[in-house]
Amino acid sequence: MTTTSHDARQGQTEAAPGLTVNGSPVDLEADGLTPHTTLLDLLRSRGLTGAKEGCAEGECGACAVLVARPSDPGHSEWVALNACLVPAAALDGQEVVTAEGLGTPDQLHPVQQALADRGGSQCGYCTPGFVCAMAAEYYRPRPDPADGFDLHALSGNLCRCTGYRPIRDAAEALGRPAPADPLAERRATPAPGPRHTDLRAAGARLVRPTDLAEATGLLGEHPDAVVLAGSTDLGVEVTLRGARPPLVVAVDRLPELRALEIGDDQITVGAALTLTEVERGLAGRVPLLAELFPQFASRLIRNAATLGGNLGTASPIGDAAPVLLALDASLVLAGPAGERVVPLADYFTGYRTTVRAAGELIREVRVPRPLATTTAFHKIAKRRFDDISSVAVAFALDVVDGSVARARIGLGGVAATPVRALATERALEGMPWTRESVSAAARVLAGEGTPMSDHRASERYRRAMLEQSLLKLHATTSGEAR
Amino acid sequence: MSQLSRRPEHAVVGQALRHESAALHVTGRALYTDDLTPRTKDVLHAWPVQAPHAHASVLALRTGPAHDVPGVVRVLTADDVPGVNDAGTKGDEPLFPSEVCFYGHAVAWVLGETLEATRLGAAAVEVDYEPLPALVSVADAIAADSFQGARPTVARGDVEAGLARAAHTFSGTTEMAGQEHFYLETHASLATVEDDGRIFVQCSTQHPSETQEIVAHVLGLHSHEVTVQCLRMGGGFGGKEMQPHGYAAIAALGARLTGRPVRLRLNRTQDLTMSGKRHGFHATWRVGFAEDGRLEALEATLTSDGGWGLDLSEPVLARALCHVDNAYWIPDVRLTGRVSRTHKTSQTAFRGFGGPQGMLVLEDILGRCAPLLGIEPHELRRRNLYENGQHTPYGQVITQADRLVRAWDQVTESAELERRRAEVARFNSTHEHVRRGLAITPVKFGISFNFTAFNQAGALVHVYKDGSVLVNHGGTEMGQGLHTKMLQVAATSLGVPLERVRLAPTRTDKVPNTSATAASSGADLNGGAVKHACEQIRQRLDAVDAGRGLPWEELVRTAYLERVQLFAAGYYRTEGLDWDPSVMRGSPFKYFAHGVAATEVEVDGFTGAYRTRRVDIVHDVGDSLSPLVDLGQIEGGFVQGCGWLTLEDLRWDESDGEHRGRLLTRSASTYKLPSLSELPEELHVALLERAHEEGAVYGSKAVGEPPLMLAFSMREALRQACAAFGPAGTSVDLASPATPEAVYWALDAARSAAPERSGSPEPGAALVELSEA
Repeated sequence: MTTTSHDARQGQTEAAPGLTVNGSPVDLEADGLTPHTTLLDLLRSRGLTGAKEGCAEGECGACAVLVARPSDPGHSEWVALNACLVPAAALDGQEVVTAEGLGTPDQLHPVQQALADRGGSQCGYCTPGFVCAMAAEYYRPRPDPADGFDLHALSGNLCRCTGYRPIRDAAEALGRPAPADPLAERRATPAPGPRHTDLRAAGARLVRPTDLAEATGLLGEHPDAVVLAGSTDLGVEVTLRGARPPLVVAVDRLPELRALEIGDDQITVGAALTLTEVERGLAGRVPLLAELFPQFASRLIRNAATLGGNLGTASPIGDAAPVLLALDASLVLAGPAGERVVPLADYFTGYRTTVRAAGELIREVRVPRPLATTTAFHKIAKRRFDDISSVAVAFALDVVDGSVARARIGLGGVAATPVRALATERALEGMPWTRESVSAAARVLAGEGTPMSDHRASERYRRAMLEQSLLKLHATTSGEAR
Repeated sequence: MSQLSRRPEHAVVGQALRHESAALHVTGRALYTDDLTPRTKDVLHAWPVQAPHAHASVLALRTGPAHDVPGVVRVLTADDVPGVNDAGTKGDEPLFPSEVCFYGHAVAWVLGETLEATRLGAAAVEVDYEPLPALVSVADAIAADSFQGARPTVARGDVEAGLARAAHTFSGTTEMAGQEHFYLETHASLATVEDDGRIFVQCSTQHPSETQEIVAHVLGLHSHEVTVQCLRMGGGFGGKEMQPHGYAAIAALGARLTGRPVRLRLNRTQDLTMSGKRHGFHATWRVGFAEDGRLEALEATLTSDGGWGLDLSEPVLARALCHVDNAYWIPDVRLTGRVSRTHKTSQTAFRGFGGPQGMLVLEDILGRCAPLLGIEPHELRRRNLYENGQHTPYGQVITQADRLVRAWDQVTESAELERRRAEVARFNSTHEHVRRGLAITPVKFGISFNFTAFNQAGALVHVYKDGSVLVNHGGTEMGQGLHTKMLQVAATSLGVPLERVRLAPTRTDKVPNTSATAASSGADLNGGAVKHACEQIRQRLDAVDAGRGLPWEELVRTAYLERVQLFAAGYYRTEGLDWDPSVMRGSPFKYFAHGVAATEVEVDGFTGAYRTRRVDIVHDVGDSLSPLVDLGQIEGGFVQGCGWLTLEDLRWDESDGEHRGRLLTRSASTYKLPSLSELPEELHVALLERAHEEGAVYGSKAVGEPPLMLAFSMREALRQACAAFGPAGTSVDLASPATPEAVYWALDAARSAAPERSGSPEPGAALVELSEA
């Protein structure tokens, strides 16, 4: 068994709320700032022009910045985040670096030099965001020399001018940071830990509690409080839909929510680990999740988003739920009165509603072992990077001696909640894993749920994709998928 | 070789330079209009009151409740307009409408100390609406006979005789969606009032002079009382040619009424729901082919979705009609166009300006008919390419068909199309669930504004006593590299190193009466003007030098001491244009730009998802002024075109529910433009060699728009991959955009085609073969 806990609890100190931007302190109690002021608005109000607003919902990456986060014990890493989504107050005590902080026109950073020289900027508006996303990958510890630049690092940045070729070339031509590079050196020292925060202004309040008990206590006392984990959903509610919740409780750094344990009987994943952290921590040990992560939004989002947040918002089109349903996952809900374990299949009660009671938090996700032997995640969307599923299908089957011994199928995008394809599971179990019987089950799958027609896809296509997904799985596993 | 096109040795033009602002871009220091806001004191913000109906009368508008919101300073309504209440040039776009014409139409604007105050203030404004019936599709408009503007016809010969002569005739319908510009920088203006009441508007606009005119007429001022400056734009693509004017006018009106700077920056949702887009088109057609596949005749009616106002719909339609032929000779033609009036945003210019829509009609016809004719698509296209001496349907003579052929042959050879076509066929015969397609398509695109008067430009060049040079010109920088090219033109024509030359932001008080930076013409027109200004100075300096060969700084200093004028205004107008819009005949274009692209795709038969394996492009930019800039335009245009044709999917609520007419794809999470995942795995771009353009600045050609249409090769490759799921000879009707869903239905239809039909081609569903040879 391996255990990792990303945040040490020591080091939490009370201080005047603030953060550093490019090494300079920025006050969080300045005039006009509220708990809902985004980091982007804070930066821009200070005259920093590198981070731009392109969409205000974490889709374009024009606002990307670097934040120092804990890495291996005593070390830190530079993580790229969308500044438009995160409240500045949630970064109390943290270090932020923007494109301005990386280099100057007279002394370009290697990433900036590569982009400029190769024609990687045309209108230039998306460019500082690309610079930051690219720099985060440039500084990613890569001990293996064969571990090249991962282009998924740029999956959350949109460019309307270049067509991306010069950006791809610039990224792939980057070497490794020089030893004396200040941001590279910074990685050898600890990142700032979370700091207890309680910021009030304009009738709103943001609290970063120290521990789980404080968090559940606050949530229990304030039924109108909202939970902030990665702020990739709440951020959109605030920026695009005008939500101004009176109390925001930031749980994303709570140590109780950040453990990852790989046991013989089960794998437990802390609800507040970012998807990037989970992906790295699992290192492919759950193939179905490994297949999910690169298709889940973008790296910029995965650097912030959490499993707890994805399940907490209970969106019917979140991509984690179908996968976790297929994995037979259960959730540990922690509240003021204690903890309970709820199978994920029993968790969703309706459109964006769940059995989670006021005051309860998702503490961790449990995935039982052994894992199914035949798994696949099929995401149907218009775009390969960073799109929302029209339909998502996760399969976890045990095929023994040519027959389906056990089937778990999770579906997204076909009902008001993520659902299990129970009828299809029944149609498969005990049947031979042949094209004929699979075709029959695929027709059952096409009838699951109540898919709608909307701007993403028609009902007819969604149903066809349900059917096709099982046929594709069969063709893939039987070597026919040519 | 003309004086204009002759290029000196060791010229700065032709060097592959990075964008002149690249170092500012990458360090976040390049300033865009809204970056000025925190540098400006006491700025007021603006927020629209958007109507929740596609069509309605405004019965009453009560602003009082907004004033109760702390921080709200003023609510702007029609009563506040001292001049003309119109945001356009046609008189059909009231800035403050009494009739709501599209869902999200702004009926009032709230000014406030903070954005939050204006948002809450806008929500507090009470408006009484009387909803009216709304037309939200071209089909609705056609059924209701709702059209606007002119109905031009381009015709040559006798189309009925041509169809009668043809061995094979087909008819069909082609529909294509519009496209959202999705410039990363949304519309932005910042207006301030000068000491004497003059108005200074900083605006993200491709057409500062027209922004100036609209601001002036809204405020009841003369043009010399309004100055518009554009620092640079975070993308334009045509979306800031006509559309910024109203927003600039709101900011200017607010500044004038309050005496304080007013900033108006649309957020993405406001920009998506209020600003115009590429026109979607609907076309019906009849086409005739000779036995060998040569086009005999084409009759087509093109109906564009104009939205609620004319905006640029008429010139967009004119260009569409002038580009239906694309690169192909059609003896007998009759093309009729009309603009539908619908209750949607007023559709506008977008890279290609109707050209892509017109060309798509014929490319769709060729792609659908090739299997029915039993001719390979590449062979059918190649066989129909123009030859020199032939004329376009509107009467312009073709003189560079050899370039089309050279580009075609070069792509064929460098992309090894013959070998790869065999490979694709082999792959498709051995794969059940995945099929590939490999298609080649040409582009011929006319350069010059159809509106002849726009084909002029001005520049103002200063040489200071220390030998440094400052260039002003009328063009705007939106990322296309115009300023980079102009620096190169100035350095070349003055004969100084590039470092000596700087560019000033575009301002209407430096160069007046400018044309929009549009129609790909920025470098042609402004380059001509900059060169003209520089040459005047150079001539005066040469007289001072008198053959002595003085170093530049010394020469300039000497000239100053001898009281020689060291600045000059330059002017350029395109010669040789001849266009009669009333009959749609003549030679509206200075020349044509050409390109050829070959694209290979792979399609997943389970889902319709696809990927682009390889793209090869040869494109004609003349003698390139700036090869890195031109390469960027070609690649970027291609990917943007692929976005339009395969991915970007504008949807409006066409139901009869309460949100009828609302844009459904009104955010970055619902409107998907190409991301890095859409970049072709292999992309090879070459500039056509031996491509000197006589009569254009330093022998170059325009590049902004034409490459967008190279993306037809991707659409046709998808069609061919879908066809490969069916029996030989399957004609595939592919929706546009060809999203994975659309591709799935196309391949599913091909797959369902009965095997016994194999070898005896029959018409597709929407395609009726009218007669047999």
